[in-house]
Order: sequence, then structure tokens, then C-alpha cells
Amino acid sequence: MSKFLMPSLGADMEEATLTQWLVKPGDHVRRGDVVAVVETAKGAIEIEIFEDGVIQTISVSEGERAPVGATLALISTKTEAAKTEAPKKEAALEQPKSPSKRKPGRASPAARKRAKELGLNLNDVEGSGPDGAVTLSDLERLGVQPKEDVGEAGAKPYDITAMRQTIAAAMARSKREIPHYYLATTVNMQAVETWLKTFNKGRQISERLPYLVPTLKAVALGLRKVPELNGFYTDDNHQAAEAINIGIAVSLRGGGLVAPALSHVDQMTLEEIAANLNDLIERARRGALRAKELSGPTITLSNMGERGVETLYGVITPPQVALVGLGRMVSRPCADDNGGVVVSPLMQITLSADHRVSSGHQGALFLNAVDKLLQTPEEL
Amino acid sequence: MTSAKKEELNRLILTELSELAPEADLTRLDPEADIREELDIDSFDFVRFITALSQITGKDVPEEDYIKLTTLASATAYFVR
Repeated sequence: MSKFLMPSLGADMEEATLTQWLVKPGDHVRRGDVVAVVETAKGAIEIEIFEDGVIQTISVSEGERAPVGATLALISTKTEAAKTEAPKKEAALEQPKSPSKRKPGRASPAARKRAKELGLNLNDVEGSGPDGAVTLSDLERLGVQPKEDVGEAGAKPYDITAMRQTIAAAMARSKREIPHYYLATTVNMQAVETWLKTFNKGRQISERLPYLVPTLKAVALGLRKVPELNGFYTDDNHQAAEAINIGIAVSLRGGGLVAPALSHVDQMTLEEIAANLNDLIERARRGALRAKELSGPTITLSNMGERGVETLYGVITPPQVALVGLGRMVSRPCADDNGGVVVSPLMQITLSADHRVSSGHQGALFLNAVDKLLQTPEEL
Repeated sequence: MTSAKKEELNRLILTELSELAPEADLTRLDPEADIREELDIDSFDFVRFITALSQITGKDVPEEDYIKLTTLASATAYFVR
């Protein structure tokens, strides 16, 4: 028997309210199924299960609050379930999911809200959740645009006050526990600017790359060279993360902030990064993030250049061990290779890192690697 | 372009802006003010705004022209041309 626990959807989360179960005792679940919805300061989040099995007991009722790590349900794993169940029932599990077998109206609250915005009848949508429950992901796959006159005017997907409280707690903890060190380097972005001008020419607006995209890829590849900056520090130990999942700091109207993960950035093409980044930011603003995006960042990137800031010294989000800051691009005179003076676009890239895990030397290696990578954007 | 067409364009631009900044009182928006600063719109949302206007008007907006769409007045003038 294994436990299905309240997940941590970020270091700033201590507890959440379980708002809806999408399964009941006796239901078969598969790894990746959305089985419940929890309400956090970051909005209503669908949470997935990470193993195959059968729900045995529900431990937390709908409407109850539970701390991170609390047992929400007990699950008999697939092997255990196979021992106790008739073969006929096991065979039935292998049948493809059919929308017609779904109990009418089974959908997560987030999916219900989104379906209303889109003007969709949930009974017409094939659900991928347990018992065919419709999840937010199912609706997103349909690619339907919202109707103009539906949805609640001015509805806010986030509780900004609660969000500020959790950010305050996480940042205070960070400053209390993490011995930060800070480094900055000025990167000449002329090569990126020239390359992007050629790349974007003739492309439709939605296909053009902003300078953030090659910068993100360079940061990800730089982390491959200095893996100490990518991971977590918990229980007096550093664990380097295998995947490079960059948390993108996204400001929300009204003062909120979320930093969902853009996963495996080092393995994506620039076009894939752009498409996934657009999708992630759009869903972050809409309050439709997924649990793994909120719990997944292995490092955070904050782009304050947007707001005219030249240099940013960020506060690390625990238990991560580093944060990369981007300043704004400014045109300044600088020396060229021939000793002359040219005007070039320059950007300050900064690193805030945890001194318990890395030293300034490693931080410098990372920033130098990013700088070097940005001088050959065509190779990113 | 007729003044009625210009007014219609102006209305469409305001509609798009209200999507991005639903809390803003757009009746008080200075037509010459930089909408990115006035409405706290970042580059991601600004590109969304340009994409929407391009789709509505059927007119492509080259990257070097983005700067011409930063105020209500200049955006209207750009698409009136």
C-alpha cells in the first residue's frame, strides 16, 4: 500500500485546501492521472498521481485543509491490486477510456471554469482523468478560443493577498537561511541582435523569437557546464538536479508573482522554447498552471530588463540554489576588436547563488559560459 | 480612411487593451502616453497586442515597427495608413 501525499507546489507552500476528489475508493488510477484539485495561493491546481493502482481510502475530505506531505489517500499498487482482483476486472482496466462511460459532469473545478469560459459542454469532451473526468489539459488540447461574452468579468484567478504572504514567507526564509553571493557580467548582445534580425525577417509575428529565447537556451547550456547551480539544498545536503527546468518569474497584475517551470530547456530548439514559453506565460496569467510546473523549477530566471532595470540581484527561491537575473538591453559605446569604438547592445546578466553549494569561482564559470554561448546564437 | 473607420479602429485597439489590462480605466488613457508604461504591459503582452491588431486588420507588422504602436494615437495612425 502506498500513500498519495499532498505535494509541495513550491517552497512557499505549507498547506492547501483539497477542493475536489476526481476519484473514489475502488477506482483504478494510472500514473499521470489528475485525481484531485487543490486550492493554493497560486490558484486551483490539478494534482496528478505518480503510480498505477487502486484507490483504497480517501484520508482528506473535500473542503479540508492539509499540510504538504499529509496523506491524502492510500493506494494499492497495481501489483497488489492484481493479487486481490478478479482477472476479468483487470482486463476491463486495459480497455481504452470511453467518454460514454464517464459519469456525467465529472470534471475538475478548473476545467469546469475553463469550459464555461470557452462555452463548451463538458459532456462533449473526452476526458483523460479517472473515470473519464475532464481535466484542464483536455480542454487545452482542443485549442478552442473563449467566447467574447462568457466568463466572469474581472474574475481574478489568484488570491494576490495570500500569494504575497507566501512569497513573503519564502523570501524571508531565503534571506535567513541562504548565504547568497552575487555576481554580474555585461554581455555584448550584438551577435544575438544581428542573428535574430535575420531569423525573424519574413516570419509571422507569432513565429518571431524575442531575445529572451536564445538567452534562456544559453543559460540552460551554461548550467550543463556548472551543474552545482541547478538543483536543491535540503536537510544540509545539495542535490544536483538531472533535468534543467528553469522557473520563469512571471509578474501578475495586482502584484502577484509566479515562477512556473519551463522543463528541459537545454534539450529544446529555440522555436520549441518560444512556443512553450508563450504557452506557459499565457497560462500563468490565466491561473491555469499544472502542479508539476509549480513544483518543478530547478533554478529561477527573472527578467527585470522588461521594466528598465539594468541590474538585478535576486533572492533565491528555496530550496533552489541559484537565480539568474536579466537586465535591460542598453546601447553603449564599447571597444571593438580593432581598438575602435562602436555602439553595441549590452545586457547585464547576474547570478545570485547559494554559497553553501557553490563558490564565486563556479558562478563566474557559469556567467562566462553564458556570455560565450551568446556570441554564437546560430549554434544554440 | 474615413473618420468612422478611424473611430472603429480606435475602439478595436481599446478592446484589445482591455483584455490585457482589465482593471484599467481606458476612458482616461492619454492617447499620447506609452501604453506599456501606462497599463503595465510587458513585452509578452505587447506582442500579443500587436498580434491581435495584425489579425484584425490583416496587416503585417514588421519587428522594427513595433515601436510605432506604443501609444493609442500612433497605433491608430499606423493602421490607418
